[in-house]
Amino acid sequence: MEPILEISDLQTHFFTKAGILRAVDGVSFEIGAGEIVGLVGESGSGKSITGFSIIGLVDSPGEIIGGTIKFKGEDLNDLSNEQMQHVRGNRIAMIFQDPMMTLNPVLRIETQMIEAIQAHDNKISREDARIRSRDALGLVGISSPDERLRAYPHQFSGGMRQRVSIAIAMLNRPDLIIADEPTTALDVTIQGQVISEMQKLCRETKTALLWITHDLAVIAGIADRVCVMYAGRIVEQGLVANTIANPLHPYTRGLMGSVPSQNQRGKPLQQINGMVPSMLSLPRGCAFQNRCSYVTEKCSTERPDITHLSDKRQVRCFNVSEVP
Amino acid sequence: MTAFILRRSLQSIIVLFVMSLIVFVGVNLVGDPVDMLINPEADQAEIDRVIRDLGLDRPVSEQYWYFVVNAFQGDLGRSFIFGEPALKLIIQRMPATMELALFSLLMAVVFGIPLGIYAGLKPNSKVSKTIMAGSILGFSMPTFWVGIILIMFFSVSLGWLPSTGRGEVATYFGITSSIFTLDGLSHIFLPAFNLALFKLSSVIRLARAGTREVILQDYIKFARAKGVAESRVVRVHLLKNIMIPVVTIIGLEFGSLIAFSTVTETVFAWPGMGKLIIDSIYNLDRPVVVAYLMIIVVIFVTLNLIVDILYSVLDPRVRIKGVS
Repeated sequence: MEPILEISDLQTHFFTKAGILRAVDGVSFEIGAGEIVGLVGESGSGKSITGFSIIGLVDSPGEIIGGTIKFKGEDLNDLSNEQMQHVRGNRIAMIFQDPMMTLNPVLRIETQMIEAIQAHDNKISREDARIRSRDALGLVGISSPDERLRAYPHQFSGGMRQRVSIAIAMLNRPDLIIADEPTTALDVTIQGQVISEMQKLCRETKTALLWITHDLAVIAGIADRVCVMYAGRIVEQGLVANTIANPLHPYTRGLMGSVPSQNQRGKPLQQINGMVPSMLSLPRGCAFQNRCSYVTEKCSTERPDITHLSDKRQVRCFNVSEVP
Repeated sequence: MTAFILRRSLQSIIVLFVMSLIVFVGVNLVGDPVDMLINPEADQAEIDRVIRDLGLDRPVSEQYWYFVVNAFQGDLGRSFIFGEPALKLIIQRMPATMELALFSLLMAVVFGIPLGIYAGLKPNSKVSKTIMAGSILGFSMPTFWVGIILIMFFSVSLGWLPSTGRGEVATYFGITSSIFTLDGLSHIFLPAFNLALFKLSSVIRLARAGTREVILQDYIKFARAKGVAESRVVRVHLLKNIMIPVVTIIGLEFGSLIAFSTVTETVFAWPGMGKLIIDSIYNLDRPVVVAYLMIIVVIFVTLNLIVDILYSVLDPRVRIKGVS
């Protein structure tokens, strides 16, 4: 599969008063056309910043200072603001976490949808754009879309609003959608619906999807491949089936252990010891060393590199062979 | 909506009634208008006659009763000085004050909102810091002093703009105003700017604060992620949201522009209501003072109502409900 997005050695740093925060520090991965990739990590691991780096919307004081983001062979970092604006929402769309906050409360749904179409097509008439918007709403399962177009965001429930966001993201048939925790703020039942619809839509339209989440269970349900991020780096990467059945990095194992599941009923849930280290004062060597139960001398002095294993698997750990 | 307006009107009548009581008692406590009105050489019989004619020999409660009865018939009393109905005197002067207040408001909005948005978008630039420093000056300099300085600078030293009066007026669509003639415009500019300065400063600060808050919202980022041009993000997504607090303040302050234009009108000898009220207070012309204050109360109450209605137009979440 020809990769549609190739990120290599991406570095997005925040230049704060307290020091340089390396939110994304050498992230590399790729997404094939029509592929669904999960990006998993705790809060503050840099997963959302990775998403925003791709569409060039990192808020100051953050800045992309290194690496390449190749989209269909073109490095997005080299594009001008204007060219980038044409990519955003057109070739690469994004869905945000909190559907209550992503739609402008004072604008009608149709205004917010039509502008997304007209931003990339100055020839289309308002009427045609409206028809396309209506069809897009119908596609994500909103009933009587014609009336709903005239509504304001507050007249929708959270799940409906997220569907509207998804419809907006799909409006221009992008090649890639970045979904930043799109189901985290939703009820579990709605979560399931949105996930399966999202998956169906992407499969039908052959849209690639980067699904950012902290929830491994969600990834297991939707993605082809998974990247696990910790402290600004990808620590493990592989096909979902392999990675979840047989996690190699101690952090991934910890994450897997902390997912509540049916067959562990009654047993206390495992948890990863300690806290995420402050991104401003990461230890020398491996960032996970303080929480790792397989830690060795080497971990505190040297930074582990990515090891490429078979079957598209990558892991960033010295002790992969030690881990049972 | 109708129920809402009705209920508010009822409340307004109560406010009006209470105000009339306070005002009436208030003006009756200050000074003796008879001293101002009669010839110092008049004998006691003549003084008694004048007092009787003006109804000042009756107890205050009785005077108030007559005032209320007459007020219901649209008669707010007769000026002691001019012998004409107080209401007529005030209405004659009202257009001059209205045009001054409206022109000031226009200045405050037209300059204040763009300056405030700019200062909010680029809070650290030199221009923004200058704007904000200027707005502090606008707040803290006394109006009469600024008025005098404006006259000294633009009228006396530079001789660009006239310093007193309303200039030439013209009538269009049944409205007589000085803004329809070039001469009139040159006359209104300085007093309007003087009056606008305080409001301009508050509009700038409000617009800036609103911008700083709204620009961080997810819906702004989402609009950018859709590929919407930055100019549209500011003009549509941002502006409509910051207009909510701005409209509230502008509406409420418009009343104070009218009510407190007295200082500016006095400095620039602008023939409006404010100048009339100052003269009437000097002359202890009680009916005019009372009538003026009544009219101001009506204006404030009406503006409050309009602001509430506008609010619901701007913010779809605040649709006024008819049921209480």
